[in-house]
Amino acid sequence: MSNNEDRFSQALKEILAGGFTRTIISVILGFLVGALFMIGSNPEFIESLGYFFSRPADALGAAWSVVNEGYGALFKGAIYNGDADTFVKAIKPMTETLRLGAPLILAGLGLGLTFRVGLFNIGGTGQLITGLIFAVFVATRMELPFFLHLPLAIIAAVVGATLLGALVGFLKARTGAHEVILTIMFNYIMLYFFTFLMRDPALLQEQAATGNPKADPAAETALLPLLLGDEFKLHWGIILAIVAVFVFWWLMERSTIGFRLRMVGYNPDAARAAGINVERTYVLAMGLSAAFVGLAAANQALGTQFGLTPSAHANIGFDAITVALLGGSNAPGILLAGLLFGAFKAGSPSMQVLGVSPEVLGIVQGAIVLFIAAPPLIRAMFRLPKPQTTNVLGEIRDRIFRKGGAK
Amino acid sequence: MSIVELSKEERIGFKSPFIMGGLGLLVLVFFGLLGREGDSTFLLSRKDDVVQLPELPVDSSTLGLVSGLLMLAIASYSFVLARQNRKSPMWLAVIFGLLGVVALLGWLATGNTIPVAFIAGTALVLAVPIMLGAMGGLMCERVGITNIAIEAQLLTGAFLAAVVASITDSYTLGIIAAMIGGALVSMVLAVFSIKFLAQQIIVGVVLNVLIIGITNFLYQQWLTEDAENVNFPGTLDIIKIPVLSDIPVIGPVIFENRITVFAALVIVPTLYFVLFKTKLGLRARAVGEHPLAADTVGISVARTRFWWVTIGGMSAGLGGAAMTIGGGGAFGREMAGGLGFIALAVVILGRWHPISAAFAALLFGFSIILRIWANQVSPGFPTDFIAMVPYAVTIIAVVAFVGQSRPPKALAIPYTKG
Repeated sequence: MSNNEDRFSQALKEILAGGFTRTIISVILGFLVGALFMIGSNPEFIESLGYFFSRPADALGAAWSVVNEGYGALFKGAIYNGDADTFVKAIKPMTETLRLGAPLILAGLGLGLTFRVGLFNIGGTGQLITGLIFAVFVATRMELPFFLHLPLAIIAAVVGATLLGALVGFLKARTGAHEVILTIMFNYIMLYFFTFLMRDPALLQEQAATGNPKADPAAETALLPLLLGDEFKLHWGIILAIVAVFVFWWLMERSTIGFRLRMVGYNPDAARAAGINVERTYVLAMGLSAAFVGLAAANQALGTQFGLTPSAHANIGFDAITVALLGGSNAPGILLAGLLFGAFKAGSPSMQVLGVSPEVLGIVQGAIVLFIAAPPLIRAMFRLPKPQTTNVLGEIRDRIFRKGGAK
Repeated sequence: MSIVELSKEERIGFKSPFIMGGLGLLVLVFFGLLGREGDSTFLLSRKDDVVQLPELPVDSSTLGLVSGLLMLAIASYSFVLARQNRKSPMWLAVIFGLLGVVALLGWLATGNTIPVAFIAGTALVLAVPIMLGAMGGLMCERVGITNIAIEAQLLTGAFLAAVVASITDSYTLGIIAAMIGGALVSMVLAVFSIKFLAQQIIVGVVLNVLIIGITNFLYQQWLTEDAENVNFPGTLDIIKIPVLSDIPVIGPVIFENRITVFAALVIVPTLYFVLFKTKLGLRARAVGEHPLAADTVGISVARTRFWWVTIGGMSAGLGGAAMTIGGGGAFGREMAGGLGFIALAVVILGRWHPISAAFAALLFGFSIILRIWANQVSPGFPTDFIAMVPYAVTIIAVVAFVGQSRPPKALAIPYTKG
C-alpha cells in the first residue's frame, strides 16, 4: 500500500519534472505576459485605474474584456470562426493556420536538427533565401509539364539551401569558425544577393519590370496544388510538412545517421573516441538541416501565385528558431509548436480588425521561448521537483505495453 | 632556417599578404587599367569652413593606377615581414584600406565631386550605434558571455530614448533611460546564463524576439496613436568644439557632432585602457579566459560577469539612443534593422579589441553611406554588392584568420563552482 503510494508520488514527481509540464507552463505564462501588455496599453483600463480604489470592478472588467476580445479574436482568426454564416467560412481559419504553419514546421525541423547536434543554425533566413533563388529560377524561367516542373522546383529549393548549409558546415569543420557568426553573415549576404538578382530583368526580375525588386509569379505548372479546392488557400505545403515530420522522426530516432548526429550532440569528444568523424558530421548536420529549410523555401516560392519580393523570407528563419526551441527539437513537438505559431500568424488580421495590435503575439512568442530556455527558472517559480533519476513512469509504460502488446 | 622549428601557432601565416596582394591587383586592374575616363574632384572643405582647402581634381584611372601600385607595394612589404616571421603592424593595414577606399571613391565619382568631409562625417555618425553596441558585446564576450542580444539592447535604447525624451522634454533623461533599458536587457541575459545556466546563444536570440515583439507592440498600440506626445523627441544639439572644429577635414568630421558621437569616441579608448591597463580589466579577462583560475585566486566569477555584462548593456543602450535622439529623431518599427548583428560581427572583426573593433564599426558605417552615395553619383551601380562587402569581410576574417583571431577561451561556457 505505502509502496504503491510511493510509486504514485514518484510518478507524479517525474511528470512534474518532465519537459512536457514545463512546456505547458511556459506557454500559459507566455499568454499571461501578452495579456499584461494588452491590458496595460488599453486606454479604458488606464482611465479606470484613476478611480481604482472607489470602483475596482471597472478596472478589472476593462482588463478582462481586453484580454477576452484579443485572444477571442485570435481563436476566431486561427481556429474556428463561430460567427461565420457558412461552414466553409467557419473552418477557413483552421486551414489558414495549417497553411502558415507549414513553413514554420519545415524550417523548425531544420533548425531543431542542428540543435540536436549541438550546433546553432541561426542561418535559416540565408538558407531559405538560397532555396528561394533556386526555386524561383526553376519556377519562372523554365517551361516544363506539371509532373516535372513542380518536383524539379522543390528539389531545386532543397539543393540550393543544402549547398549553403553544407558550406557553413564545411567552413566550420575546416577552420573552426563559429557557425553562429557564419550563418548570421550569410543571412545578410544572401538577402542582398537575392535583391540584386531581382533588380535585373536578365536575371530574376519580373518581365513587366517596374523598377522595384520583384520576381515573376511562379509558372502554374510549378505551383503547389490547392488541397481543399478553390474555397481555401491551403495547398500541398502542409502535406510536405507532415511527411517531413515523419522523415525527421525516422532520421533522428531510428536511423544510424541520426544516432551519429545525436551522439555528436551529446558529447563530441566521446563520439570522436568512438570513431565518429565529428567534422564530417557537422557538414552532414548543417546540410541536412538546410535541406529541411529548403522545403520551407519551396513552400514559400511555390505556394503563392504572386511574384516574390526580397521580403519573401517572411522572417521564417528566425521564427523557426522559436519553433524548434518550443518543440524541444523533436518531431511531434516541432509539429505542434509550428502549428501554434502558425495560428499566431493566421489570427493576426482578425486581431487587427478589433483594434488589438497583433504585435502582442510577438511578445507571447518571445516570452514562451524565454521561459523554455531556462528550465531552472520555471522549476524555481513553481517549486517543481528536479529531473528525477528514477524511471517509474517508464516502468509503468512498459507494463501497460507489455499487457496489451504483442509479447 | 629557424622558421621550420616554430610550431604552427607561432608562425605568421602568408594569408594576409596574399589577400592584400589580390585586393591590390583588383584595384590596379579594375580602377586603374580598366578604369573610367574623366576627373573626380575631391572636396576637402565645406563652403562655410574657416580654412578653405583647394579642390583636388584627379584623373580617375590614374588614381586607381597609383593606389593599386601602392597597395601592391604594401602587400609585398607585408610579405617580406611574414618571411621574417614578423607581424604586419596595424597602421599598415589601415593605410592599405584607406588607399583602396580612395580608389573606389574616385572610380565611383568619375566626372563628379566627392564631398570628403560629408562622407567621412556621416560614416562616423552611422557607425556610432554599431560601435557602442560592439563595445557592449565586447565587454560581455571578454568575461565569457556571448551576447547575441545586442540588437535587442539597441532597440530598447532607441525606444526609451525617443519616448522618455519626448515625454519629459529632457534629452539627459532620455539617454539615462536608454542606458538603463540596455542594462536591464543585459541583466536578463546575465541572470539566465549565470544563475540558470541557460544556453547563452539561445537566450540572446530569444531576447531579440521578445524585445522586437514588445517594441513593435508598443509602437503600434501607443507611439503611432499619440506620436506628437510620445514619439517626437527631436535630436540632440550639434556641439562645435571651438578651435578644433576649424581644423580642415578632421574638424567637421570629428569635432562637430552630437554628444552621442563624442561619447563613443571617449568610451572606446577608455574601454581599451580599462581592459588592458588596469587590475579591473585583468580580472575581467581572466574570468573570460580561465574562470577556474580566476576563482581560485578569489575573483568572483559570477559577480564579475554580471557587472561587465550589465555595463556592456548600458553602452549598447546608449548606442540605441544614438539612433533616435542622436540621429534620426523619432523611433521607427524595428529600426535597429540588424545593426546589433553587425555589432556582433564587428567584435569578431576587431578581434575582441576595442580600438580595432571601432575601426571595423567605421567600415560598416562607411559601407552604409557609400551605398547611398554611390546610388547618386553612379546610378545603375549594383549597390547591393557594396552592402554585402562588410559581411563577406567578416566571413573571410573568421575563416582565413582563425589562428590570429581567437575568442576568449571560456566564451559561452557557464561556470559552476565545485
